[in-house]
Amino acid sequence: MTYQFNFDVIFRSFDKMLAGLWLGLWLAALSLAIGTVIGLLAAYGRQSRLAPLRAVVWTYVEIIRNCPILLLIFFVYFGLPELGIFFLGKIESFVITLSIYAGAYLCEVFRAGLASMPARYVEAAKAIGLRPVQRQVHVVLPVMFRITLPALSNNLISLFKDTSLAAAIAIPELTFVTRQINANTFRVMESWLTASALYLVTCYAIAWLLRRVERRYAVIR
Amino acid sequence: MAQPLLRAIDVHKRFGATEVLKGIDLEVQQGEVVAIIGASGSGKTTFLRCINLLEEFHQGEIQVDGERIGYTEGTHRRLGETAISAQRAKIGMVFQSYNLFPHMTAEQNVTLGLIKVQKRPKAEAVETARRWLDRVGLSERRGHYPYQLSGGQQQRVAIARAVAMEPKLVLFDEVTSALDPELVAEVLAVMQDLAKSGMTMLVVSHEMLFVREVATRVVFMEGGRIAEQGPPDALLVNPKSERLATFLGRFHGVFR
Ligand SMILES: Nc1ncnc2c1ncn2[C@@H]1O[C@H](COP(=O)(O)OP(=O)(O)OP(=O)(O)O)[C@@H](O)[C@H]1O
Ligand SMILES: [Mg+2]
Repeated sequence: MTYQFNFDVIFRSFDKMLAGLWLGLWLAALSLAIGTVIGLLAAYGRQSRLAPLRAVVWTYVEIIRNCPILLLIFFVYFGLPELGIFFLGKIESFVITLSIYAGAYLCEVFRAGLASMPARYVEAAKAIGLRPVQRQVHVVLPVMFRITLPALSNNLISLFKDTSLAAAIAIPELTFVTRQINANTFRVMESWLTASALYLVTCYAIAWLLRRVERRYAVIR
Repeated sequence: MAQPLLRAIDVHKRFGATEVLKGIDLEVQQGEVVAIIGASGSGKTTFLRCINLLEEFHQGEIQVDGERIGYTEGTHRRLGETAISAQRAKIGMVFQSYNLFPHMTAEQNVTLGLIKVQKRPKAEAVETARRWLDRVGLSERRGHYPYQLSGGQQQRVAIARAVAMEPKLVLFDEVTSALDPELVAEVLAVMQDLAKSGMTMLVVSHEMLFVREVATRVVFMEGGRIAEQGPPDALLVNPKSERLATFLGRFHGVFR
């Protein structure tokens, strides 16, 4: 049996797929942004002098990194309402999950970035009289972000791919939309091939863009 | 004599069990250029870092312009970070490895302290930075990042960054040691220019010709103590102690 390709039906729904792709990008970007804040706080928490705080952060990172993300998505979406937290829509629920997930990974990225910060920059900042918070804001964080930029790029691409899991709770991102088109048209190969191509092209585009950003901001060459 | 700008009284410093400063007493008057020389490990860097509170010390007292630095009177408890930062802002420091902020241009390196520490308006800070970058011969390079500059240029930016804040005292820790030989002269020329302008400087250096020419006084450190001090001509040409003679022997030819 030879499969007869017919992309017409797919192209008729192409705008829906693009909308799904766009939504996925937003989910990833938003989660990266919130995850960065969580990751930063967690990374500083890991360095804290307070042992209980260090333990809390450690537990958070270990739990998240050792749980399948799909389980976390279900837990937040189906589990939290059982605990009386009802106000979350699908999208909010998913973004929160993905942010918490990203935060755990970024915590490790930032921790390594802070640990590899050459002491001489901090000493120079001290020597001109910057106060501790100013040293972090004007010297340590900007340098650390530049050092960790490649890792941040990889995380953004991973997060973007992970947004396909939002299909599991019926968020109309690309994977979910594709499954619907597939169900309506029975063009199995065409729909999934198109979706794969869209994911591939987008990931490459993000990687290309971020490499340019990395080159622009690289400080230690 | 007027009140000294820097006064160190019996400063002791330990790293763990080893005492590396064993009671340093030193007074530096306003406008003096004091060179510290001595063998590797004698505690020169450690002493400078104590003055700028980058190192803690355990006993003794350091005053800058009459103000006790880093610790409370009597009990020797370390001051809070805000107070310490304010004291550091009045002392400039130039490091062996330049330590420029890598994500900032030459100009931004100089303006950061002016804007964030001294709270000067941005336009005024930029003007001050440009004036100093001009003075160290880098007006063309003010938009360059450290990685775009040679070692000598980076070190001159670092000097501009320190002196632009008009510190009462500037500390130089072997600022030419990391440089290729052909870049040493441009940095020393800048320091000589600053010395002539009346800046109070405490300079750790192995550049004996520079020391002899520029320093108003030379201090020889040995094993965590000041072993000998005096005017450069006397001290470098006719050392009193055997140890200083041996130390200077390494720079043979320079003082004949
Ligand atoms: N952070 C540190 N921890 C432990 N020991 C240290 C530390 N820094 C310096 N020392 C020790 O203190 C002593 C004095 O060191 P310091 O760097 O002040 O010497 P120096 O005179 O500047 O030498 P050099 O000419 O090599 O720069 C040395 O024995 C050194 O090993
Ligand atoms: Mg030294």
